[in-house]
Amino acid sequence: MSTSPVMVDIRGVHKSFGPHEVLRGIDLQVRAGEVTVVIGPSGSGKSTLLRAINHLEKLSRGSVSIDGALVGYRRRGNKLYELKEREILRRRTRIGFVFQNFNLFPHLTVLQNITEAPVSALRRPRTEAKERAEALLDRVGLADKADAYPRQLSGGQQQRVAIARALALDPQVLLFDEPTSALDPELVGEVLDVIKDVARAGTTMIVVTHEIGFAREIADTVVFMDDGVIVEQGPPGDVLDHPRQERTKAFLSKVL
Amino acid sequence: MTPTTPVATPSATDAKVDSDAESGANSVAESDGDSAGDSDAPAELRVVPARHYWRWAAGAAVLVLTAQFAHGLVTNPAWEWEVFFRYVTADSVLRAVWVTLQLTVYGTVLGFALGLVLALMRLSRSPLLAGVAWAYVWAFRSIPLIVQLLFWFNLAYLYEELGVGIPFGPVVWSFGTMHLVGAMSAAVIGLALHQAAYAAEILRGGFLAVEPGQLEAAAALGIPRLRQLRRIVLPQAMRSVLPNAANEIVSLFKGTSIVSVMAIGELFYQVQVIYGRNGRVVPLLMVATAWYIVLTTLLSVVQYYVERHFARGADRTPPPTPLQRARAFTRTLKETR
Ligand SMILES: Nc1ncnc2c1ncn2[C@@H]1O[C@H](COP(=O)(O)OP(=O)(O)OP(=O)(O)O)[C@@H](O)[C@H]1O
Ligand SMILES: [Mg+2]
Repeated sequence: MSTSPVMVDIRGVHKSFGPHEVLRGIDLQVRAGEVTVVIGPSGSGKSTLLRAINHLEKLSRGSVSIDGALVGYRRRGNKLYELKEREILRRRTRIGFVFQNFNLFPHLTVLQNITEAPVSALRRPRTEAKERAEALLDRVGLADKADAYPRQLSGGQQQRVAIARALALDPQVLLFDEPTSALDPELVGEVLDVIKDVARAGTTMIVVTHEIGFAREIADTVVFMDDGVIVEQGPPGDVLDHPRQERTKAFLSKVL
Repeated sequence: MTPTTPVATPSATDAKVDSDAESGANSVAESDGDSAGDSDAPAELRVVPARHYWRWAAGAAVLVLTAQFAHGLVTNPAWEWEVFFRYVTADSVLRAVWVTLQLTVYGTVLGFALGLVLALMRLSRSPLLAGVAWAYVWAFRSIPLIVQLLFWFNLAYLYEELGVGIPFGPVVWSFGTMHLVGAMSAAVIGLALHQAAYAAEILRGGFLAVEPGQLEAAAALGIPRLRQLRRIVLPQAMRSVLPNAANEIVSLFKGTSIVSVMAIGELFYQVQVIYGRNGRVVPLLMVATAWYIVLTTLLSVVQYYVERHFARGADRTPPPTPLQRARAFTRTLKETR
């Protein structure tokens, strides 16, 4: 495992909202094909970190690169130049993002939701995008819902569509921000199954979740964040079962 | 009709009140607060519907007044219906209707196009663009339309020539304003500029109503900026834009009558000309009214279907169109017979 190249390289990332420093120096490397699960108390900066990775939030300091290419900036000498929006958008197509509340486009059908970005951002031919979308829908178990509108689906089904939509760009990294926490308990399983399936296929993933059992099952690395820093990271067997830091112990005793 | 006396069940208290207020057949199941018969199961209490005597009396009065008014319309010779019918489809009137429609369409299309640009400027991250757009809206909402129209009409007096060239430098190409701004184009420019200020605010409101997560999702997918706007934001904004936009178009449509001050042969100007000639003021005002009503009605029908189009995906099951509803109704009639 540890021989595969680094896919996501996060170095010294700081992020402040006004005087409030939310990320206070994050260093994290995720290797290609690995699944990293981020856990931590509410407000610890997990969502902010994910959003910084695909440049939905600008960094205050530090850098993020995907497969060796900086996200959102170009480096020349010792300076980082912020990219134009068009280039940022192009680089984002390599990073899939799955939101807590799905954010499907309600006025487009399920199929149109999935084909929109491949056609408009990657300029794939429409028929090719459609075939790929149908294959992806089949994979997430929703082949019969291609022509439905998102509001006609259950929450679990909507999130599976959102995952298919992210996969349609063939991203190098998939980011999940609490993909199941907006769902009723009985719908959580179907979404986790889809994520597990994607993980098994060897996609590099960073998953923020409160589902500790799920984390243990799919994670190669578990990262515990608190108050804007990484407190502890390692294989799930270490971090979840034999945490070394007091803060990790305290958090786990609350959620387990 | 015979008042019904439904038996109260526990659910009768939250039964929907019949919207037919005049019939007074509301099944209200309120206890009067007396404690007598507390031991009785509510299912066995009889319900006496409330009697709305005053409401019935008011309804009757309104009916009588309406009938009287309609009767007067038909029988009072002062309305001069034969004059109305002579002029309502006269060539000069039809031509005037056409001019009114042209003014409305040009004013709407140009106004909303400029309004879209202004709304985007206002929402852009550039404080300069946002400031200019704000100032435009402020200015054109402050100036009365009629003043603006007269200003454009008299443009040639202010600037005899307009030209294209290097700012503050030599002029490359110029033309006389006399030829540029005839009465009709002055009217269109005035209406469009006025309309743009209102359209900008309506569109901006529509954009703000779109959930921010939508733009975030589009950005995360790397969808190009213009495409985000056209494919993701605009269609969703249309839902809240349309009712207000329809209002604006209707008021512009009737507002075109204001350009009669510029002697443009639109509907209102034309009927004024005719009654100036023959003195039949009332029937000719009715001619104009009838056309305004007919065209506004048409627009309302169009509005209904356009709104329906943009509502797709908003409801789990879209409501049937009036036509579908009518068909379903006749079908059930046939089946029950
Ligand atoms: N745009 C913003 N402006 C100001 N403060 C913000 C902004 N976004 C996030 N924050 C603050 O940053 C902190 C971290 O937020 P973040 O959403 O990253 O937490 P989280 O770990 O994802 O929490 P949760 O588990 O509840 O989702 C919070 O204190 C939040 O109030
Ligand atoms: Mg979060």
